[in-house]
Amino acid sequence: MLSRMKKFFRQLFFYKSAAIGLGIILILIGISIYTIFALPYDEATRLWRAGEKQWLDNPRNAMPSWLNIFSSKKMPETIILDTNRSQPGASKSIIQVTEKFSKLRIEFSFDYEYDDFPSEMNLFFLSNFTFSSPILTIYWVKPDGKEIVLKTFLISKEDRYYISNDDKLSNELKTYISRKINRTIEYDAPITLLLFAQEDTSILDPNTAKVMKGNYRLWIDGTIFESAVDLNAKLVVYGKVYGLAGTDHLRRDLTIALLWGTPIALSFGVVASVSIALIQMFIGAVCAWFLGGVDTIIQRITEIFMVLPFLPILIMISTFYKFNIWVLLLVVIALTIFGGGVKNYRAMFLQIKEFPYVEAARAYGAENIRIIVYYLIPKVLPTIIPSMVLSVADFVFLEAAMAILGLGDPLAPTWGKIIDDAYTNGALYKGLYYWVLEPSALLAATSLSFAILGFALDKIFNPRLKEM
Amino acid sequence: MSSRIIKYLLKRGIIIFLTVVAAVYITIWIANMGGYVDEIVRGELYLSISQSIRQNPAYRHFNETQIKKLIDSLYTNELERIGFNKPFIYRSFIYLRDALSLNLGRALWISSDSGSRNVRIIILERLPNTVLLFTTTQLILFFIGLFAGLFLSRKYGSIADRLSVLLAPLSSLPGWFYGIFLILIFASFFRILPYGGMVDVPPPEDTWSYALSVLKHMILPVMSWLIAYLFINIYVRRTFFLIFSSEDYVELAKAKGLPESIIQRRYILRPTLPPIITDFSLTLIGSWMGAIITERVFNWPGIGSLFYLASVMFDTPILVGLVVIYAYLLAITVFVLELVYAAVDPRIRVGGR
Repeated sequence: MLSRMKKFFRQLFFYKSAAIGLGIILILIGISIYTIFALPYDEATRLWRAGEKQWLDNPRNAMPSWLNIFSSKKMPETIILDTNRSQPGASKSIIQVTEKFSKLRIEFSFDYEYDDFPSEMNLFFLSNFTFSSPILTIYWVKPDGKEIVLKTFLISKEDRYYISNDDKLSNELKTYISRKINRTIEYDAPITLLLFAQEDTSILDPNTAKVMKGNYRLWIDGTIFESAVDLNAKLVVYGKVYGLAGTDHLRRDLTIALLWGTPIALSFGVVASVSIALIQMFIGAVCAWFLGGVDTIIQRITEIFMVLPFLPILIMISTFYKFNIWVLLLVVIALTIFGGGVKNYRAMFLQIKEFPYVEAARAYGAENIRIIVYYLIPKVLPTIIPSMVLSVADFVFLEAAMAILGLGDPLAPTWGKIIDDAYTNGALYKGLYYWVLEPSALLAATSLSFAILGFALDKIFNPRLKEM
Repeated sequence: MSSRIIKYLLKRGIIIFLTVVAAVYITIWIANMGGYVDEIVRGELYLSISQSIRQNPAYRHFNETQIKKLIDSLYTNELERIGFNKPFIYRSFIYLRDALSLNLGRALWISSDSGSRNVRIIILERLPNTVLLFTTTQLILFFIGLFAGLFLSRKYGSIADRLSVLLAPLSSLPGWFYGIFLILIFASFFRILPYGGMVDVPPPEDTWSYALSVLKHMILPVMSWLIAYLFINIYVRRTFFLIFSSEDYVELAKAKGLPESIIQRRYILRPTLPPIITDFSLTLIGSWMGAIITERVFNWPGIGSLFYLASVMFDTPILVGLVVIYAYLLAITVFVLELVYAAVDPRIRVGGR
């Protein structure tokens, strides 16, 4: 047995493509095992569906950060400064002046050495006052020392200031810069650009506007009207790159869906392809062995199924029931077991049935089911392994296609889901290529690896096709 | 002999017809979700009747119970008129009779561009678009596959042959998937071809620029299918011809010293013609059903996207109409093929085994 396995693998690795395919499949299996243990499924779906609150510190539609290695233009990472965490660059002091009156000073300071502007900028506040809201004034200091008042306002206990959405500030900044360079800014400049750009004529065009590199400061001057009040602030300067895989339109980390897509795609593809092949083969064997009435009925059922359009019926059923991925798998299997494959298997078994060893089994009185399972099926099994491996790709793509039609599992984070999200949010129009390319690359790698392995197996098991 | 053929064909014809009947009946049940669509229709009907009554000033002096009674009686009348008072199992057979006699009726929710609810008009409006795109593509695929396969089977082991073997696994990725990449490259990055659709918006006035615009919109979908399916087509045909060209009678012809072209035509192509013709006609019929996902990716207004729209909207008459047309076309093709083979090919021994 062991030597036979050895011989088989030697034969297999004679085809370099098979070795590559097998290698990729093993890597994918490794990723799957890692994912299942490192990020439990319930946690993954919870994170994936958690909504804005969970992901508020992430940039929207950020590219993967490793792209920076290949680009001369350094895209900004996200900078988070929080007074609640003791970290350099964030300091807070509250000085009690009288019993009902204290002064607050928060200072954030960070170096900005990137070549592109941040995508957004937000401030979050958390305070434990009871009646009177503290009043805050927020200042922005650019590397050249220029100080700008961003806003003065009363805060609530849990407040946020979306700096990059402040239209009033935008107008003020535009007016100030226009006056300084004696030209008007014609386009709709984002606040992040106005806050981080060099204030010269290059700012007149969004394509030439340059980042003023250096140390930025944002400081908050506040007055608190109660005693023993604490107030913490968090500054988030959202970048344009994030993590290994980037983020989507809901700021979610794409690695979650990319990781979980792997075990889902593999198990869906393999389970569907293997079980369909085995069941079809069994039905074909039953047809060929019994013939007569059983055969006629099954043949007619197969013909009916060949007329029914598979995908539309699958779409109808899944629109109606909105089921999860494993029920989808069952429905796919149920709709295909009477497919055209049954006829091929039946033809194969009709030949094998006449072999002397089957005659012998019948002569000593073996039961029908025993002959089918122990004598007929093992003879055909090796010849169908290649097509079984090949069709894994079809089912992996079927799952993706259902997701793209908006009919996938509503909960599971899968590759098809990412492509669907990217497509419906215009990723291709907006040039957010990473969003489509990442899941696509994984899909392509998965199906190509199974395909080249299948082709190599085909040459081994069906030597008539072997090349010279 | 000939009476046996006729008897056999008659039997096959009946079996094929019964298959169509069963498939259509199953589709009727699935498309109606076992009668659930009835409840949607009933609900819509009740809503529209009660709205029209309540908004009608003539009934303003009626009190609530009177209005309710009026609505109920109108609703029951209307149900009776459209035959919805009968149970679904009874009506499913009426649907079956209508479908089989190609009396396709009116769509529930979808209407054609010209505003018609007639299922036949809706389908006929979409069919040319699908035929234009997918039948063209399938014809290109078929003929290139056939001739390249024949050519490569002669050049067995050559570089071109090895290349076709090497590229065949590319077909494990479906056409729509390549479509996404092509859109990314040619529409989004280079901006030289449209993202999707069938014609520019607004459509050009004169026929020439209209045709040119349609042609421009066809490039990417056709290309995506060629990349996806051309190599596997060539590979399959090549292997098919290889197996046939190692038959004994071909060896014999070679030994006799017959010229290559005669061996090609008479000894390889002729005996392989029946399965090739079968393949050809089945792909042709299949191409008329369009491709749901490719049409969605490219936003192509064909039968595939109609199928999708009808499936998610539960527009049963359209679904049943599409399936019944497809089933008939398939059945007729299969039957005609059997007829032709029974008449032409002496190797197909009719009736016996």
